[in-house]
Amino acid sequence: MNAAPAVAAAGTSIVRIRDLVKDYRRGAETVRVLDGLSLDIRQGDFVALMGPSGSGKSTLLNLIGGLDRPTSGTLEVEGLRVDELSAGSLGRWRADHVGFIFQMYNLLPVLTAERNVELPLLLTNLDREQRMRRVAAALKLVGLEHRARHRPRELSGGQEQRVGIARAIVTDPTLLLCDEPTGDLDRKSGDEILDLLQALNREYGKTIIMVTHDPHAAERAHRVIHLDKGMLSEGSG
Amino acid sequence: MSLRAAFNQLVTVTAMNLRNLPSRVGTSLVAVIGIGGVVAVLVSLLSMGEGFRAALDLSGRDDVAMILRGGSPDELSSSIGREQYNAIVIAPGIARDGRGPIVSGELYSIVDLPMRSTGTGANVPLRGVGERGPELRDGFRIVAGRMFRPGQDEVIVGRGAFSQFENIDLGREVKWGSQKWRVVGVFEAGGSVSESEVWTDAVVLRGVYRRGNTVQIIRAQLTSAEALPVVRAALEKDPRLNVSVRSEKAFYSDQSRILLALIKYVGTTIAVLMGVGAVFAALNTMYSAVSSRTREIATLRALGFGAAPVVTSVLLESAVLGLLGGVVGGLLVYFGLNGYQATTLNFGSFSQLTFAFTVTPRLLVTGLGYSLILGIVGGLLPGIRAARMPVTTGLREL
Repeated sequence: MNAAPAVAAAGTSIVRIRDLVKDYRRGAETVRVLDGLSLDIRQGDFVALMGPSGSGKSTLLNLIGGLDRPTSGTLEVEGLRVDELSAGSLGRWRADHVGFIFQMYNLLPVLTAERNVELPLLLTNLDREQRMRRVAAALKLVGLEHRARHRPRELSGGQEQRVGIARAIVTDPTLLLCDEPTGDLDRKSGDEILDLLQALNREYGKTIIMVTHDPHAAERAHRVIHLDKGMLSEGSG
Repeated sequence: MSLRAAFNQLVTVTAMNLRNLPSRVGTSLVAVIGIGGVVAVLVSLLSMGEGFRAALDLSGRDDVAMILRGGSPDELSSSIGREQYNAIVIAPGIARDGRGPIVSGELYSIVDLPMRSTGTGANVPLRGVGERGPELRDGFRIVAGRMFRPGQDEVIVGRGAFSQFENIDLGREVKWGSQKWRVVGVFEAGGSVSESEVWTDAVVLRGVYRRGNTVQIIRAQLTSAEALPVVRAALEKDPRLNVSVRSEKAFYSDQSRILLALIKYVGTTIAVLMGVGAVFAALNTMYSAVSSRTREIATLRALGFGAAPVVTSVLLESAVLGLLGGVVGGLLVYFGLNGYQATTLNFGSFSQLTFAFTVTPRLLVTGLGYSLILGIVGGLLPGIRAARMPVTTGLREL
């Protein structure tokens, strides 16, 4: 297979993808979701991944986040070949380097906001006091310090997503991966979340990759990358 | 990963699972009740064995010798003549007092009585005891009526037999064969096997059954438990005698062996078969538990939580459900059956033995252990499934 030209950006690449292929099996059929994709994302970038349903946006996000493995090709994050890590190492790598923000927030309903935010810190060596300090800082950053003891069902959708963002940033990860972060919110709440993501990118230098269907959300990104049938094309952000 | 992180993961996932339990009360109850039922059956069967063993253990003293004809496995088939009797009771090691050797030459036969519970006939031991027979039973006392008079056609009835069989009410006349007997008393004997028997004067019984001058067994008080080999050696040395000498404890222990083995075999077989069913109930519960938390588990995995804590947490939850079942089953049997009087056929004497279901702490622990095993086995496959589920698939679950 011929390598497609890498969709590149100037500056230091934090994510370097080359000839990435991802096939899925559906019964006897093999479906190619990503077809020899190459891409560079630089440190501090805010990238929106757009494309029709089934174009491979979420698959690409999952591969970058180490939730799935490519069929072939290479995937480096900060110079580390993520595609070569074992399952156990991949879990630890995710805990250290990736913050996930999900469309449906994916908070644990039985835990309070602060306990949800604390979850990634449980994988570190921090003691409880240190963890709670970090949790308080993250909740303050997303403007929810007064809702720390509330459970998800006592929060609005926008607030739940902010808790999700606090959980994603509490370990100070290299990458923030957002899968339709405003997809389940009304316009006002969605805008607030996008403001927050922009602030995290601008003020804290977080590299953000965001999958979205919404052109309005994509406008906030520096770069908009379109995926269609497993192939990339770049538009302006 | 540090121990602290590993521990944190385990505690978090397990706490999450357990805190979810109230929302899954129905399916969880299926596992708890299933396992509880198995434990109840297992513990009740074993408590039956325990009660049986206790009744026979209480009957056995180390310092009382049971002397039977050599080669006789039980009292029914034993016979000791007058001359032999006279030679035996003067053996060294047999206790004496001012009234002579403390021995009881006894006869043993079986009569038929209807059971109070079913009305069906059952074998009940009718024992002819010597004058000193009661002395050789710990805790013997008449609790109603009076002792039979020597030489009279009178019987006294053990407390256990009295409660389990009909037609032996105090003052009533009962006919066995051509002989009529009057029930004149009820006795207890420290909860021992004697309480399952009907007693009369050995001399009278000998006459009724035309046994001449023989007895079937000699019970002898030893000067001490250590005197047993002395008695045995003396009797073996006597060329006129062919007898076997055992302590009373050993005698009853031998008698209980067959039934205890049967109870253990039947109990274990039933518990294993029911256990298979209970494991399926637990499997079903845990599969549904895992399936209702697919997205939560996938979220934790995405955050970096390992597969091991996920498997372990499912196992722990399943073990907790199993233990709950064990507690329920154990308590059910303890409060429902402990102390309940019943009778069963004692294969050692071919007669009914009255015993009380005895739920000991050891049996409860056995039941809990079994419930734990059932719980863990039931959680294993769902746990592995939860851990192996692809994170990306799990995240899409609603």
